[in-house]
Amino acid sequence: MGIIVSVKNLTRVFDVSKPWLNRVIERLPKRKLTAVSDVSFEITENTVYALVGESGSGKSTIGKMIVGLLPPSDGTVEIEGVNLATETDAGVIERVRSDIQMIFQDPYASLNPRWKVGDIIEEPAVANGDATDGLAEKLLEQVGLSASDVRKFPHEFSGGQRQRICVARALASEPKLIVCDEPTSALDVSVQAQVLNLMSDLKDEFGLTYLFISHDLTVIQHMADRIGVLYLGRLVEEASPADLFETPQHPYTQMLLEAAPRMDGFGREVTPPEGEIPDPINPPTGCAFHPRCPLAIDRCATERPVLEQKEKARVACFRAGERAI
Amino acid sequence: MSQPVLSVRDLIVEIPTRHGLLKPVDGVSYDISPGEILGVVGESGAGKSMTGNAVIGLLDRPARIASGGIYLNGERIDNLSLAQLRRYRGKQIGMVFQDPLTSLNPLLPIGDQLTETIQEHLGVSGGEAHNRAVAALDEVGIPAAKERIGSYPHEFSGGMRQRVVIALALCAEPSLLIADEPTTALDVSVQAQITSLLKRLCRERGMAVMLVTHDMGVIAETADRVAVMYAGKLAELGPVREVITSPRHPYTDGLMGSTPLASKGKRRLHQIPGNMPRLGQLPDGCAFHPRCPYTQDRCKADPGPRLKTCDGRAACWFPLDGAQAAKGVA
Ligand SMILES: Nc1ncnc2c1ncn2[C@@H]1O[C@H](COP(=O)(O)OP(=O)(O)OP(=O)(O)O)[C@@H](O)[C@H]1O
Ligand SMILES: Nc1ncnc2c1ncn2[C@@H]1O[C@H](COP(=O)(O)OP(=O)(O)OP(=O)(O)O)[C@@H](O)[C@H]1O
Ligand code: SF4
Ligand code: SF4
Ligand SMILES: [Mg+2]
Ligand SMILES: [Mg+2]
Repeated sequence: MGIIVSVKNLTRVFDVSKPWLNRVIERLPKRKLTAVSDVSFEITENTVYALVGESGSGKSTIGKMIVGLLPPSDGTVEIEGVNLATETDAGVIERVRSDIQMIFQDPYASLNPRWKVGDIIEEPAVANGDATDGLAEKLLEQVGLSASDVRKFPHEFSGGQRQRICVARALASEPKLIVCDEPTSALDVSVQAQVLNLMSDLKDEFGLTYLFISHDLTVIQHMADRIGVLYLGRLVEEASPADLFETPQHPYTQMLLEAAPRMDGFGREVTPPEGEIPDPINPPTGCAFHPRCPLAIDRCATERPVLEQKEKARVACFRAGERAI
Repeated sequence: MSQPVLSVRDLIVEIPTRHGLLKPVDGVSYDISPGEILGVVGESGAGKSMTGNAVIGLLDRPARIASGGIYLNGERIDNLSLAQLRRYRGKQIGMVFQDPLTSLNPLLPIGDQLTETIQEHLGVSGGEAHNRAVAALDEVGIPAAKERIGSYPHEFSGGMRQRVVIALALCAEPSLLIADEPTTALDVSVQAQITSLLKRLCRERGMAVMLVTHDMGVIAETADRVAVMYAGKLAELGPVREVITSPRHPYTDGLMGSTPLASKGKRRLHQIPGNMPRLGQLPDGCAFHPRCPYTQDRCKADPGPRLKTCDGRAACWFPLDGAQAAKGVA
């Protein structure tokens, strides 16, 4: 199977300075926030690649750069071998663009309340100039709703049904890759089960590839073929679910797995992780995790570890594989 | 058995609307003992927050308590005047909500908010209140509490703010804490810090805690007993390990089965058919019957099953035994 997405040294810096005039009056320096720093990974066709990490770790920023909603500050994104930022052939750009779709966290905010469901679903196909006869009806049935729902408005649907409408819309342009940013985080577990099952079915049926963004480890474990763990904009570990959950190699991954609540953890006494995620504007030197890492050595404060192959995983840590907890 | 800190008896909350009377809480009864954490779970709209808000007298109009009784340490509190209730809140009942900013005054340093509450409820001098405020912040793990006491809420991170709220809720040493989704907006590492803090304080002080959350993992690790709500009623109530590993109510069973963890290694998650009905459109009999795989004729007829008309554990005419309930976690 081929590689559909290839991300190399991807970096995104945001300028979070105060307005120019304030800066001059208050004598403030420019402030830069590095949301994503030197991230590289590949996604194989018809698999689910999951990005996991705590709030602010850069998950959404990576997703937006992959679908082309945000330009990288450095590094490249190639979809089917095409770099949309540098490609000049308009035909190629259009073809690749229509192969990518995105689904967002909030099924309430991402559907226009004044549009009928049918129009919402067909919109990406219309934008492509494709035929839309009966398309919305067919897609609604594919996501487990009914063809007659095309004439209804979003407010007539529950949260889970709205997220299915979002999935139907994403499918309209017959994409190959869908970037899903926390697609079930706003949903109850019973509704989440419906949406996750639907996504798995569609993946098999249409040979779809997903970049699946979530902070929920149990969801990630269920859905992913490959998992990338982010900390402060850096990819710190990448492995298969089996390897990651059995033998996490990076101290941060170990901490994350230990802290996550378990349904079989009756009366479990967790040693809560120390400290908090540092300020991304002034990240720690060397390894960004060193102020919280129980395994940190002198070198960690000065030198940034690179992501290297370690057994079947890729890990960015000088002491990869040692147990912190 | 010691006297329960909180007793809720046949609580009914009503909302009059143009389309008739809705009952977001319909005949709920439970007790919480000293040092016990009761977890309350259920899908969005099941009536979890409404139950908690009724206990602290914070129902938003037009919702009102229609009948039933709420007892705190044996004393009835649902018929108190607003002024009397206000004294109970803070002194005897602490509250923590999902968004810490709803509980904090953005314009006051956190130290002032703490000392004010301590002075009001414990009647100690200003100097003593200040010392206790520092101790309270220290206890919830705010580093350098002495220096941070002059800081404003916005100067703290989300997790730190929630700790300040917990310090504020507990500084008057209440016997009951109501925590409504206290960690839902927080990262797992911070969530672990907050839940272990709650557990420790509950144990050390013998406080009773009502913990509302939709996260089964948090419930399993934190609660002693769990109440499962469905459409305003208690579907199941029992010790947390038993309810999770061998649910008796088909709804609990479905809920457990649909969590990704329970389906470990399986390609598909268990799905409960359909959606939770709206309050105005509840079916007759057992409210779960249109979605239940075990429905029989009796389930469709009124009166519907209640905890006390069934076995006290599950509000179901045909509760599952361990063998049937195969969908929960092993
Ligand atoms: N447009 C922007 N301007 C300035 N800073 C931004 C912008 N977008 C994101 N950031 C910052 O970049 C960092 C990464 O943000 P991002 O939204 O990618 O995180 P995330 O992992 O998706 O977090 P969450 O789980 O909260 O959604 C954060 O520190 C965030 O504040
Ligand atoms: N003013 C109102 N008019 C009509 N129905 C209302 C009103 N306020 C609340 N409700 C309904 O009362 C029910 C109970 O709401 P409650 O907030 O207790 O749910 P919950 O279990 O806490 O849900 P969540 O998990 O979403 O917080 C819901 O079905 C809600 O729609
Ligand atoms: S590089 Fe050092 S500080 Fe970073 S995770 Fe590894 S041991 Fe810890
Ligand atoms: S009473 Fe009947 S319909 Fe209701 S949960 Fe029990 S078996 Fe199912
Ligand atoms: Mg995000
Ligand atoms: Mg609620």
